[in-house]
Amino acid sequence: MINKLTQFLTTAVLALAGAAANAAPDQALIQRGEYLARAGDCIACHSAAGKPAFAGGLAIDSGHGIIYSTNITPDKQHGIGAYSEKQFADAVRKGVRADGTHLYPAMPYTSYAKVNDADIKALYAFFQSGVKPAAYDPPATSMNFPFNLRWGMGVWNYLFADTKPFVAQAGWSDKVTQGAYLVEGLGHCSSCHTPRGFAMNEKAGNSGQPKFLAGGELNDWPVPSLRGLPRWSEAQIVDYLQTGRNHGSAVAGEMTAVVEHSTSRLQDADLQAVAAYLKQLTPVPPRGPAVKPQGKEETARKLTAAVNLTLGERLYLDNCAACHFVNGQGASRVFPELDGATVINADNPTALVNVVLHGARTPSTEKAPSILVMPDFSRRLSDAEVASLATFLRQGWSNSADSVSERDVARIRAKAH
Amino acid sequence: MSNITNDEVDVVIVGLGWAGSIMAIELAKEGLKVRALERGPDRPPEDFAYPKPADQYAYAIKNKVFATPRDAALTVRYNDSETALPTRKWGAFAPGTGVGGSGLHWTGVLIRPTTTDLKLKTYADHAYKRGSLDPDMRIKDFPFSWEEIEPFYDKFDKICGLSGTTGNLKGVIQPGGDPFEGPRSSPYPLPALHDTYNSSLFAATAKKMGYHPFPNPSANVSQAWTNPYGAQLAPCNYCGYCSKYPCLNYSKASPQTTILDVVKRMPNFSYRANANVIRVDLHADKKTAKGVTYIDENKNEVFQPAKIVILSSFQFANVRLMMLSGIGQIYNPLTETGTIGRNYAFLSNGDATLFFKDKHFNPFATAGATGEMFNDISPGNFEDGIKLGFIGGAKIHSSQATGAPIGTSLPKGTPGWGKGWKEGMVDWYGRSMKIGITTTCQSYRGHHLDLDPNYKDPWGQPLLRMTFDWRQNELKLQRYLRDIVLGIAKELGPDSISENFLALDSHWDITKYVSTHNVGGAIMGDSPRDSALNRYLQSWDVHNVFVPGGNAFPQNFQANPTATIGAITLFAAEAIKNQYLKNPGPLVQV
Repeated sequence: MINKLTQFLTTAVLALAGAAANAAPDQALIQRGEYLARAGDCIACHSAAGKPAFAGGLAIDSGHGIIYSTNITPDKQHGIGAYSEKQFADAVRKGVRADGTHLYPAMPYTSYAKVNDADIKALYAFFQSGVKPAAYDPPATSMNFPFNLRWGMGVWNYLFADTKPFVAQAGWSDKVTQGAYLVEGLGHCSSCHTPRGFAMNEKAGNSGQPKFLAGGELNDWPVPSLRGLPRWSEAQIVDYLQTGRNHGSAVAGEMTAVVEHSTSRLQDADLQAVAAYLKQLTPVPPRGPAVKPQGKEETARKLTAAVNLTLGERLYLDNCAACHFVNGQGASRVFPELDGATVINADNPTALVNVVLHGARTPSTEKAPSILVMPDFSRRLSDAEVASLATFLRQGWSNSADSVSERDVARIRAKAH
Repeated sequence: MSNITNDEVDVVIVGLGWAGSIMAIELAKEGLKVRALERGPDRPPEDFAYPKPADQYAYAIKNKVFATPRDAALTVRYNDSETALPTRKWGAFAPGTGVGGSGLHWTGVLIRPTTTDLKLKTYADHAYKRGSLDPDMRIKDFPFSWEEIEPFYDKFDKICGLSGTTGNLKGVIQPGGDPFEGPRSSPYPLPALHDTYNSSLFAATAKKMGYHPFPNPSANVSQAWTNPYGAQLAPCNYCGYCSKYPCLNYSKASPQTTILDVVKRMPNFSYRANANVIRVDLHADKKTAKGVTYIDENKNEVFQPAKIVILSSFQFANVRLMMLSGIGQIYNPLTETGTIGRNYAFLSNGDATLFFKDKHFNPFATAGATGEMFNDISPGNFEDGIKLGFIGGAKIHSSQATGAPIGTSLPKGTPGWGKGWKEGMVDWYGRSMKIGITTTCQSYRGHHLDLDPNYKDPWGQPLLRMTFDWRQNELKLQRYLRDIVLGIAKELGPDSISENFLALDSHWDITKYVSTHNVGGAIMGDSPRDSALNRYLQSWDVHNVFVPGGNAFPQNFQANPTATIGAITLFAAEAIKNQYLKNPGPLVQV
């Protein structure tokens, strides 16, 4: 009798479970989840070349060993198909897997902690029903001691992780609040744009702190401050995020993929909200020498006359002026402006030298499909030549930054992959 | 080698140059599943990143982005009594190959024919006494009105970012532009390129002499431009590497810079490079095509089923493919039956080079389309042709298309090699300017294309045979234009002049470059009796085959062909979208 009852109950439960599993997932919710997954740029880390989308396997060099991203497809064995919504939420917001082990903060759960319940629900619906399951086991993450001790992450979380939910600040408009929610949360912009402390912890966790999004360096690249963006209007910020280019700039480095896979896919209203939010952050006061506006005319005149040129000036005319012109203005939305450019005037010349050596290409996006390629000059120019050219760029027109040495270039060239 | 059958598509496009790219984007935007097949290699932007194309020897001498004669040779003869011989090296013309086709290496002169050019037969019948022209001349009208086609010229101008000065805006003549141009619905999208010294000298003199010079209409854009598809062009930097070169600066309109990055984003578009189409496969009744067969890069024979076939290769490749596939009947000049191969026309150039000891022209700072031209001597704009018994005309221009050193003009008597040549180069580089003509060329009964009985391609298929030579009409025109050019030249007062014009007894010289403006062979018209295609570029014989390209022109006008190829392709694409898809079948009833 008991057996029979058990059998009956089990069957009933299974039937109910089956019914639940087969219930048509809410398409609108899945689509909303897909959109949010783009806002979070989940695909950037959770996909590797040649592997199914979201199946993981991307190698992320943490500096303390290689972290391989995980399979977040709904495959029950290899992915997160067996996760309940609660387990999913804990992984996203707390960095804790279903088995209780800790994720490394390469996964920006400190940002995702701010994602609200409704959005978690949508993301869960998408990752359970909108993604194709992939039976793929990414390679195991192998970290150096003591980072191989995952429980240590619990301590790290205790010390550094700010996993408080999102809080709107007093006085913010709805639009700014919406932008802040996206930037602080799913957008996880702070992962790159907030300076990090000795334990790789972000030095600030929310908009109220002056170091939040204040820029700094990541893997030796200077990362610009997003606070206030004094040189850009809101429309120009939207243009940049939507297309990877605007009146005077074009995307390079890591941000290229962010634009291609994430920000270019966001709705106008969300991008406008992001721009409105960034504009109202108090800018970081500029450091170092002021620009020298009188240099503008002087440099253009000297390049036009093309006599008694320094090596850097001559190299500029031969290699760069075709696109960026003698006035360093480039062409709106096609060739970036060099006069006053953040990347050129950054304390650290690494990004500039990297772009000279390896070029750049604009992403193809819905609103700006053209792939415009800046050629690589690594084979054409020696270390000494790149140093002279970079020094000219940093001191020509109204730019005013330190010179670059041949040794700097050699180091950057050697590091490049 | 194995036989493969691909998944079926709605539209297969043969040749991914200008016409193929336009068709691809217009039909893909309509939601159709489109696949383009390109005989040559893919040509991504990295291939021509700065400064790679600035290499005259590789591109202009060794023809780096052109078809090889092995892949695209044809045989040539002057008349039907001769045995044609195959081209083994490009001379008078040089067709492109690869993604972008000839649209990648064109000069970028984007000019429309006049309203008279499009209705040349009507004009001739009206202006010339019966019997005063060559009885073998077979000129025809284009089968649409100016008002019908103008919006498509306008659209193509915007796709390319046409730079220049408007001459006729909705019937109102504008200062500085071409007063002879047909009415435009909108002004040039961008201002003209800067003039070079030679072209401003030419323009000032021509103007003084009563002509109406205007800046070359250019698809080397003068300012940054975003076209209606969202593609971006960059301002031209006057590097001079245009004709025969892919642009290193995103400044010249090409399929790459105006269309391909956009259409490649669309999930319903795909393309295969190194896919050499060898035939269109027809159903048994020969009324419709079922797809095309191509040889892929691994030498597999691949069948590509498709509901619509677009032949958008170069002019003579389109004509040959129609012949090899049995689409329509090959033209016979004796009986004047058959439509495929008739009305082939080329064109002639001529020029005077003016040498000045005291002038520096800085020829290295230029764009392919920098220059000034006038259109006063074109059909309907002057009376002398009627008096002297020829029809036609030319754009007369002073361009500074390139400062590349190999082949720089040197005064007569300068040695062609060695120390003397080097000294001549030092003395004269940058001290000469040209005044040139680009002429009309009429079509004739004896000028035609067919399949060669003797020579075959590597796949065992006969080469295309071209029968063409100069006729008195074109040679008389040359002599007339020579007088005008030399008149202007004298007025400029050079230290010496050398000239290069055809004499009345000249034969066509296939070894010297003229241009790649080959037209005709599968022409558009009002009747299946004497044309291969209807006004929508649809084969009269096989209604799901459309053939956009220079092949559709019934004769050659003095304007460069690209604007018209763009316009008629857009016109045809519109007809496919709005009419053919709803009701597949012949779009013109006769």
